Amino acid sequence: MIRGDFQRSMDARSLRRPDSLWSYTHLDLPLLLLLLALCGYGLFVLYSASGQDIEYVRRQAVRMGAGLAALIVLAQVPPRTLMRLGPWLYVMGVGLLVAVLLFGVGAKGAQRWIALPGFRFQPSEIMKLMLPIMVAGYLARHPLPPSFKSIGVSLVMIAVPFALIMKQPDLGTSLLIGASGVFVLLFSGIYWRWILLAIALGAAALPGLWMVMKDYQKQRVLTFLDPESDPLGAGWNIIQSKTAIGSGGLPGKGYLEGTQSQLNFLPESHTDFIIAVIGEELGMTGVLVLLALYLLIIGRGLVIAVQAQDSFSRLLAGSLTLTFFVYVFVNIGMVTGLLPVVGVPLPMVSYGGTSIVTLMVGFGMLMSIQTHRQMVRR
Amino acid sequence: MESKRFNDYSKENSFFASRAIIAFLLVTVLMAVLVSRIYYLQVIEHDRFTAISERNRIQLQPVAPRRGLIYDRNGELLADNRPNFSLTLLKEELQGVDETLARLREIVELSEDEISRFKRRLDQRRRPYETVPLKFRLTEEEIAKISIEYHRLPGVQVEADLVRAYPQGPALAHALGYVGRINERELKIVDPNNYAATHYIGKLGVERYYESLLHGEVGWRKVETDVRGRVLQTLEQQDPVPGVDIQVSLDAKLQQFTAELIENRRAAVVAIEPASGEILALVSNPSYDPNAFVTGISVKDYNALRDDLDLPLYNRAIRGLYPPGSTLKPFTALAAVDSGSVPLDHQIWDPGFYQLTAGGRRYRDWKKDGHGQVDLNHALAESCDVWFYDIATKTDIDTFSDYLGRFGFGTVTSLDLPEASAAILPSREWKRGRDNLPWYPGDSLNLSIGQGFMIATPLQLATATAVLANRGKWVRPQMLKRVIAENGLDEIQQAQLAELESKPLPADVKLNREGNWDEIIQGMVNVVHASYGTARKVGAGTEYLMAGKTGTAQVVGIAQDAEYDSEALLERHRDHALFVAFAPADDPKIAVAVVVENGEGGSRAAAPVAREVIDAWLLNDYDNALRDE
Repeated sequence: MIRGDFQRSMDARSLRRPDSLWSYTHLDLPLLLLLLALCGYGLFVLYSASGQDIEYVRRQAVRMGAGLAALIVLAQVPPRTLMRLGPWLYVMGVGLLVAVLLFGVGAKGAQRWIALPGFRFQPSEIMKLMLPIMVAGYLARHPLPPSFKSIGVSLVMIAVPFALIMKQPDLGTSLLIGASGVFVLLFSGIYWRWILLAIALGAAALPGLWMVMKDYQKQRVLTFLDPESDPLGAGWNIIQSKTAIGSGGLPGKGYLEGTQSQLNFLPESHTDFIIAVIGEELGMTGVLVLLALYLLIIGRGLVIAVQAQDSFSRLLAGSLTLTFFVYVFVNIGMVTGLLPVVGVPLPMVSYGGTSIVTLMVGFGMLMSIQTHRQMVRR
Repeated sequence: MESKRFNDYSKENSFFASRAIIAFLLVTVLMAVLVSRIYYLQVIEHDRFTAISERNRIQLQPVAPRRGLIYDRNGELLADNRPNFSLTLLKEELQGVDETLARLREIVELSEDEISRFKRRLDQRRRPYETVPLKFRLTEEEIAKISIEYHRLPGVQVEADLVRAYPQGPALAHALGYVGRINERELKIVDPNNYAATHYIGKLGVERYYESLLHGEVGWRKVETDVRGRVLQTLEQQDPVPGVDIQVSLDAKLQQFTAELIENRRAAVVAIEPASGEILALVSNPSYDPNAFVTGISVKDYNALRDDLDLPLYNRAIRGLYPPGSTLKPFTALAAVDSGSVPLDHQIWDPGFYQLTAGGRRYRDWKKDGHGQVDLNHALAESCDVWFYDIATKTDIDTFSDYLGRFGFGTVTSLDLPEASAAILPSREWKRGRDNLPWYPGDSLNLSIGQGFMIATPLQLATATAVLANRGKWVRPQMLKRVIAENGLDEIQQAQLAELESKPLPADVKLNREGNWDEIIQGMVNVVHASYGTARKVGAGTEYLMAGKTGTAQVVGIAQDAEYDSEALLERHRDHALFVAFAPADDPKIAVAVVVENGEGGSRAAAPVAREVIDAWLLNDYDNALRDE
């Protein structure tokens, strides 16, 4: 291409980043390829986990498509705009959370959904993104590392949605959201001694947490501590998922061949417990492939965070990336019996709509941060 | 660490980079924790978990609820569930379909039809690990033979379940409908959880309409199975909630008796209790055995039913489309008189035909030489066509359509007969919409005697007769009498009942002059009881007053000036015989409509059937006088 050659020679002289066609899309190619690989792997596993129902795969693919569209849109929004809109989005998110408690619909004693004509959604999902934007924006407007007062204000910002979601009650989501806010603080340069103090205080507060937990949440913790105590009741899930993973071995029993998964021993096999299907049918090899994909995505996210040029961008990118990791860790930890059962899906692999779209939007923000950089001269 | 505010960009930069590296290290360490956990489960403990998984044959299995029973108004059982043992195959465990079938053939008898239907089911979409039935209703001997060979037949099972049975057989088939095995299309519509263990679903009639009441709620049990998936023991069970039993308004005895009355005819009878709208009998003949459809009818048997010229699968009682003939006259007469189009004492001279214009087309009376001087009473009692031709010219078509519509013609008014047809109520707009033609005076002449465009079902005729018997008070014809729910109803069931109750009832028929009811009903009493009445034969010796109207509907048009010669006509081209009646005329307890296809005269073929039905209901006289003739 003549124009391309011309452009390149121009760039060489002015030392400017080349404006390739790709750069107009504001997409980060390594991250995009990793995400597509993860989605493909997820659909492949879902077909087996759903009892070989292509309809589930079709619907999940549609959601992934919607998520990808949202990612592309968000990648076009410069980080500065996000930072400016942050407080408004946060207030709107808190308003929706209050609305959920007042008019929300739900199941099994929990109110999590707002029903609009035609569709329903979980405002807590939106908050997963609003909170880090808000806190990162607030801290970036003040000198870093944050003063004691800034930390206090940030903690209040975190505590409000955390408490509202605890009240729904949805322990898993409130912990994830709390973590997303706390990660911003950790990246902001908060002193280690304060961090250690907070950990000590948190440990001391655990008995208090136990007091405010609902019965079914306590049951989950007890079941986690001793699953065999109730093998047909609440411990069933953990025993079955461990058996599924353990019996898979290194090579696995073969795709669509898992007796635990296919014979309906494994509950929730297509949603929260889908990693057990991978473990059983594709073995440790399959799990390692998945973990490698996750690690590469997290690594790319942290690289984007480090390369970011303003405080807001790096705090947001760091928090989004670590929150993504928490999803992975909590889900796999729960299914393998390391952590108590909290309802956290395996990102991009578990069947279910809202979390996929939220995650994709988050990755869209990461790409925006990466592709809206300018050459800084200082 | 630093204790001063960052005032230097590069300092902040390097600080952040160090934190990001710490974060990445932390992520890596935690990932390593996960990997070591996975390694522990999948490598170190692999043998132990493999053993558990091999032993782990504890499954959660759905348990189908017992389908609600159906009783008649006296508590007679109409639809039952009977234990059935079927031979089923589990595709996932089979070692070759054809080999297994060949081995099975050595043990039990398998017809070609059973095998071809099995193969069709095997190819259909089904839930994973759902067995596919091969042969139903195994005998004890067959079960014993299969049990001996069990070990050689992986994937082969003998399953016990409950199968619908209709002890009353063909006489109730059209009234109740039947259940059959769920097909692929239905599987997509039903709630997959609640139907997880259900193999049968209401396909037609009451069984279909009240599916949500009758089905119940699925139960679950934790069972231990062997390597081949056969249940060894049940560990825990959550019992299914059986479907509710329902009582229908039918009287099984009356229904059977009615079926017997018309057993050799193509005919339909509908009997309604005017006070309640409850359907006492709903018979369509010929019929079929509903039991044949439950586990699946063979293609050969089905084709035989489908291709039968007498159309046994056709529900004449609610879908049969017949010109009502003279049975419509009470309603057209009422329209003409009550609207004031003609005076109550309107009289004409009947020479045996009617001409709209002098020398024009002759509209013939059924009586060649005419009835002479005729008033409303004689017009009804003797079924004088010419009197009706005359009032038809004086009554606007909109008036006819309006009055007939208020009696339910042209609409479905029944509560719970989903397959009922609306038939045709002709009107000016209807004809414009269909043919883009205006309404001609000749159309009104035909309509006045229930011919031409007018089409009604036996159910509509019985309903209109019941409303007439009630002197305009509307009742909704319905099959449901009572829901027998000892344990209450769930949400879906309550919703269905609420939907039933919310169905709007047609407005009562209010006349301009209340006395006109008596005029029409007296005319109908005279049809049966007057010496000149067309149905005087059936009126002889009744203990009660019956109001009726005969009807004879042309099946083929008769050319101008041609003689109607029934001998020369093909049997299937002969006129349909109709009769509507209610009794006692002063305190109606039953309203009946009878249609006998190609029965020729309403008074000869249809009226005696109605008389027998009414005698049976009012006098408990179940002596079939028709057979004695």
